[in-house]
Amino acid sequence: MLAGMSALATDFSDVTRTDATLRRFLHGLPGVDQVGAEARAAALGTRSIKTTAKAAALDLAIRMVDLTTLEGQDTPGKVRALASKAMRPDPADPTCPATAAVCVYPDMVATAKETLGSSGVNVAAVATAFPSGRAALDIKLADTRDAVEAGADEIDMVIDRGAFLSGRYLQVFDEIVAVREASGSAHLKVIFETGELQTYDNVRRVSWLAMMAGGHFIKTSTGKVQPAATLPVTLVMLEAVRDFREATGQMVGVKPAGGIRTSKDAIKYLVMVNEVAGPDWLDPDWFRFGASTLLNELLMQRTKMTTGRYSGPDYFTLD
Amino acid sequence: MGIFEYAPAPESRSILDLKSSYGLFINGEFVDGRGSSFKTISPATEEVLAEVSEANDVDVDAAVKAARKAYDKVWSKLSGAERAKYLYRIARIIQERARELAVLESLDNGKPIKESRDVDIPVVAAHFFYYAGWADKLEYALPENAGSSTDPKPLGVAAQIIPWNFPLLMLAWKIAPALACGNTVVLKPAETTPLTALLFAEICQQADLPPGVVNIVTGAGGTGQALVAHPDVDKVAFTGSTDVGKAIARSIAGTGKKATLELGGKAANIVFDDAPLDQAVEGIVTGIFFNQGHVCCAGSRLLVQESIAEELLEKLKRRMGTLRVGDPLDKNTDIGAINSAEQLARIRELSDIGEQEGAGRWSPACELPERGFWFPPTLFTGVSQAHRIAREEIFGPVLSVLTFRTPSEAVEKANNTPYGLSAGVWTEKGSRILHMAGALRAGVVWANTFNQFDPTSPFGGFKESGYGREGGRHGLAAYLKGGE
Repeated sequence: MLAGMSALATDFSDVTRTDATLRRFLHGLPGVDQVGAEARAAALGTRSIKTTAKAAALDLAIRMVDLTTLEGQDTPGKVRALASKAMRPDPADPTCPATAAVCVYPDMVATAKETLGSSGVNVAAVATAFPSGRAALDIKLADTRDAVEAGADEIDMVIDRGAFLSGRYLQVFDEIVAVREASGSAHLKVIFETGELQTYDNVRRVSWLAMMAGGHFIKTSTGKVQPAATLPVTLVMLEAVRDFREATGQMVGVKPAGGIRTSKDAIKYLVMVNEVAGPDWLDPDWFRFGASTLLNELLMQRTKMTTGRYSGPDYFTLD
Repeated sequence: MGIFEYAPAPESRSILDLKSSYGLFINGEFVDGRGSSFKTISPATEEVLAEVSEANDVDVDAAVKAARKAYDKVWSKLSGAERAKYLYRIARIIQERARELAVLESLDNGKPIKESRDVDIPVVAAHFFYYAGWADKLEYALPENAGSSTDPKPLGVAAQIIPWNFPLLMLAWKIAPALACGNTVVLKPAETTPLTALLFAEICQQADLPPGVVNIVTGAGGTGQALVAHPDVDKVAFTGSTDVGKAIARSIAGTGKKATLELGGKAANIVFDDAPLDQAVEGIVTGIFFNQGHVCCAGSRLLVQESIAEELLEKLKRRMGTLRVGDPLDKNTDIGAINSAEQLARIRELSDIGEQEGAGRWSPACELPERGFWFPPTLFTGVSQAHRIAREEIFGPVLSVLTFRTPSEAVEKANNTPYGLSAGVWTEKGSRILHMAGALRAGVVWANTFNQFDPTSPFGGFKESGYGREGGRHGLAAYLKGGE
């Protein structure tokens, strides 16, 4: 998966030479009108996805879930249960697809990997002093290497929001480049914590920053800050990956994370992917949901689509 | 698309109780017309929806008499607070019956249910609510009346003629302020879209509105002429084409009848190089493809700064490729049917002329239904001020793209039209927005948005786009003595 993403074809070295050149480039990107962006996101949310389209969307959404547990109280037992759930989300229905990945803290990677084995479900690890990112670079890199060595297929890093907000863009850029290098063959998702960056202009700028630095995925949030993922933020990021491919020929994935709880919401995101970035992104290689409770909601809707009946939450496993 | 095909999601018609034929609504009752009748069809399928009476001179006279009687005996004698009660009641019934009205509007007009449901009908209700609020505050309606502590007087009987592009919304724009000010009305809906006006007549009955306060006469141009020419009409309010507007202005000259005319447009939607581009693309799409471009204030001329023209057009074309054209009742339809065969012929004619005059024509690949009246979203590049498609109102989903180099050239081109209804400005620079708004000769100037309507905001044109204002406090002046 994620083939063809290894080498950066386009040279951004002129842009990223100094803080000044990088700032000039990022601030030269077209602005985002807040009212207009929110209106567009809301309008896409009114699409009516029914019957066959809904069934296909639910299965696709399940395949895109990064099933996540990021708690201080996580234990090997909890992670094993979650990993089992990721492989067989609906034990009653073998046709139900597996999720894309399980997302855990670095110290839980080995446990998750052990359970998942060669199932095809990836292990994603949040690294770089998640969720605040407030640590020295060498500690962040050590955190990353630790996760990769334990078998992580994907690294979800956080950017230094303090550096970004104070305009030290080059520092953020260099850090992403360093983490990408430390990630080795693991794929890198770059978390912005858009709830802290606040403006859509910032979201567009940081998206380009992360893509130029070689991130394979751009991700909205840690799930620890409110607001987490929203439709308009994801809209701006989908526009960014679309424009980046236009400019460089390279595809970058998008992952909204946190706060997506209902099937209805998940389908709104898929509609947005379809109509803004395009159908090429409708694949777990290029779009993910960072979520935990969403999965059971998707399963309940899926069962309703196949059986015509809506069963209660007790018919789905709590892990 | 393939991976994610949206399954059909049609809104059900079962909520409608459509009769096979409709009479005229005069003095609170449906009565048979004395003239002939005509059929109204669904432009999406050409299916006949109902037979409708064509009011002749005698019918029109009966309607005006009913309106006069209601004015003299009842409506002008009620207090503003009492009139407001009726208007609030009508507004609430419109909200309660919103789905029924939306389905009927989409069926008779061809517009997507998404728009009738989310724009037309909610704004209709909002207009009645807004003007209901004014009915007992009319002493503040006219600046020159301020401090007099007496209400300005209504005009009397208003003859109102509305177009087919926003049938119920234009009815609301006309009826709500007229009634709030104490006038009574005779309204003629367009011949291709009479049905929601007739459903509105039922709503007037349901609201126990006194007979004769609202009268609805259906018919074509002849009915409209009879109504405008009726000697006992005090006020003419017309929305429609500039040609008909001029004819009306000529016919009432010297009669003492007051008039408001809301006519055509050829609005410039101006995109500067520092614009929020993705939102500008949305605004261009909303500006010209909303309601199939059947919008008098449509942004039919895109003026884009040369330095970003290529990039913007790429984005626009990609976006146009995602527009879904088809069944107006499908909830995922973005562009519905052209309202009539006649209008379709006009759009085709002007588009062909655009091509003959050398402009580059482009439409996304899109399948159009076989029956009914359809036209794909279309843009013309390489258009100059000398092209007919840059000067004449097409009133369809056809965008003419022109470029400019400097702000002053943008103003010059935007104003270089006989019309002046609306304009749009796209830039992240606040001072430029203010400068442009002052320099553009258009009744409405939208900044970083387009085609937004609100009952509190006045609307109307410069030059051949008409005179008088509808909406807001300004809209009251058109229905009060001493107003305008």
